[in-house]
Amino acid sequence: MVEPEFRRFDTRALHAGQYPDPATGSRAVPIHQTTSYVFDSVDQAAGLYNLETSGHIYSRISNPTVAVLEERLASLESGVGAVCTASGMAALHLAVATLLNTGDHIVASRNIYGGAFILMNHTLPRFGITTTFVDPRDPEEFAKAIKPETRLVFAETLGNPGIEVLDIDAVSDVAHAAGLPLCVDSTFSTPYLINPIEHGADIIMHSVTKFLGGHGVAIGGAIVDGGRFDWEASGKFPTLTEPYEGYHNITFTEEFGPAALSMRARAEGLKDFGACMSPANAFYLLQGVETLPLRMARHVENTKHVVELLDGHDAVEWIKHPSHPSHPDHDLAKRLYPKGSGAILSFGVKGGRQAGRKFIESVKLASHLANVGDAKTLVIHPGSTTHQQMSVEDLETAGISEDLVRVSVGLEDAEDICGDLDKALKASQR
Amino acid sequence: MFISLDGKQVHGATGAVSFEGRSDPIVVLIHGAGMDRTVWSQQTRFLAHHGFRALAVDLPDHGKSEGPVLESVPALSDWIAEISDHFGEKIHLVGHSMGALTALHAAGHHKDSVSSVSLLGVGASMPVHPELQEAADANDVKAAQLITSWGHGTKHHLGNNPTPGLSMTGGTQALIESATRGVLSVDLAACSSYEEAVVAAENIECRTLFLLGSEDKMTPRKSAQPLIDAVSAEKEVVDFSSTGHMVMIEEPDLVRQKLLAHMASS
Repeated sequence: MVEPEFRRFDTRALHAGQYPDPATGSRAVPIHQTTSYVFDSVDQAAGLYNLETSGHIYSRISNPTVAVLEERLASLESGVGAVCTASGMAALHLAVATLLNTGDHIVASRNIYGGAFILMNHTLPRFGITTTFVDPRDPEEFAKAIKPETRLVFAETLGNPGIEVLDIDAVSDVAHAAGLPLCVDSTFSTPYLINPIEHGADIIMHSVTKFLGGHGVAIGGAIVDGGRFDWEASGKFPTLTEPYEGYHNITFTEEFGPAALSMRARAEGLKDFGACMSPANAFYLLQGVETLPLRMARHVENTKHVVELLDGHDAVEWIKHPSHPSHPDHDLAKRLYPKGSGAILSFGVKGGRQAGRKFIESVKLASHLANVGDAKTLVIHPGSTTHQQMSVEDLETAGISEDLVRVSVGLEDAEDICGDLDKALKASQR
Repeated sequence: MFISLDGKQVHGATGAVSFEGRSDPIVVLIHGAGMDRTVWSQQTRFLAHHGFRALAVDLPDHGKSEGPVLESVPALSDWIAEISDHFGEKIHLVGHSMGALTALHAAGHHKDSVSSVSLLGVGASMPVHPELQEAADANDVKAAQLITSWGHGTKHHLGNNPTPGLSMTGGTQALIESATRGVLSVDLAACSSYEEAVVAAENIECRTLFLLGSEDKMTPRKSAQPLIDAVSAEKEVVDFSSTGHMVMIEEPDLVRQKLLAHMASS
């Protein structure tokens, strides 16, 4: 039987988007630390500005180093293209700003990163874009919240910090039935653990800062365009299906078909809003992507050990990770995440807020900071940090109790990670 | 832009440059099996801004053109000739794969309609692997995967797309997946059943350009040679190394330049 032959995931993590530099033979992706690019001629310059031809003009719009990362992420996610941004939040804003206008509406999971919640609940309304938040475990809630002015359905593949597992197939069916795209934040899962496009997602958003970069050295974000959503059939997205005066009346679906979103996001969103990724950051993040398969496998393996430690520990009230049988999405996770459901987990320390605080102050190896997806094990108390701007009611709605501690399991020796957590847990009870 | 042929709506991209009030020569770009106008996105706007009225058509039942799908290369070529009739002038033809066979047949049999012809990813015959045809008949996504896999040269499987951020293979696969159900099956059958390519090539009187990929697995380079040999009119052959079947996507800059030079001197 004949089968399509594509480079496998691990190979593409190392090579997609790049050939050795023809001028120097450089095997590593060069850092093109330049703002701009010399034009061959006036005609060539005009062609670039007019989207008649391809190439780089100015590094706010595109840069060769960043383009390698973009193409690599598009390849790993099986998308048609990607646009990298200054941060994950800039990526979310780029998706929203490219597709939505004043008066439009979003239906979003209520269990999302605190920064994304604040953007949608407080900041976007200033620009006339409102959001209804729903339970990510109930596709019916998404359906009921959709209004005539809804333009986007948004959720995280693995929620934050309760690790709610999104049934991407079911929620994408709901979105598509209403003529809407599903945008998922796949930061916690990465393309190594799941391919959301295969499950029906249309746009994938990443904080590349996290597991993709993997080393906590650079901030970056990306949107990946699945290229399967029929913007014209939907009829709800004039930014893609009607002439854009800002680019000589080009209609992006007309000229670029499946890549319409990618092209508009770059031609307008990056150019006009300017939240581009720096070439140096793209280089750092590429180093992480190259070892993504190796690191994620180890992250997941170490997480198993941490879950085993916490399960039944005297100082632990509860544990939330989809691999644990008590997690409401345990069966769904087994179906969607055969390689493992990520390396972020949360648990409650017996004794509530004070015990949680003592635990955080007692860890010696794990680092207390506001990040996840580092090579090093990280811990945080969301109620007083990442989600501290949310009201008590909003915290409860998002499933964040005051005793909740979030752990991003790193790549240290599992025995050392578990030993550190165990000692800190015991200290928390004294 | 929409035009009407035989009462059916025909759609084509013009590079967002209107035909109205212009007398520049017309170039019609014809896509391959299961694809649509957007496969020419790297050429349409360029040609539209370089002295041509460019029309990257959606063949019947492809993209935004009304059906029904046409079932043979001669029928497609008659349809292309109708576009020339619609505008009342000769047209330049640029075709890829099934679109190249269509352009070839039109150039050989509708000589009064064609100013020049450019053929990308073409062969004297286009047999279709039975498992590809089977997958297309079943509307199985595997058909899009096989074409994408075979359609790009080894180098371009990994990308390095001159268009920043876009994936060549990802774009090709998504485009074929978007085809109306059943259309790819009909297109592939039209390719494999067409046996008049060499005769059409012998009839050509206009300037002919061949743009061929050295790693083309869909229409291997050697399969183009009988056509090249059969064309007695002025011709140019351009071989692209490390390039597969999707020449206009894999080598967009060179294809643009070659098309422009070819048509400008025709």
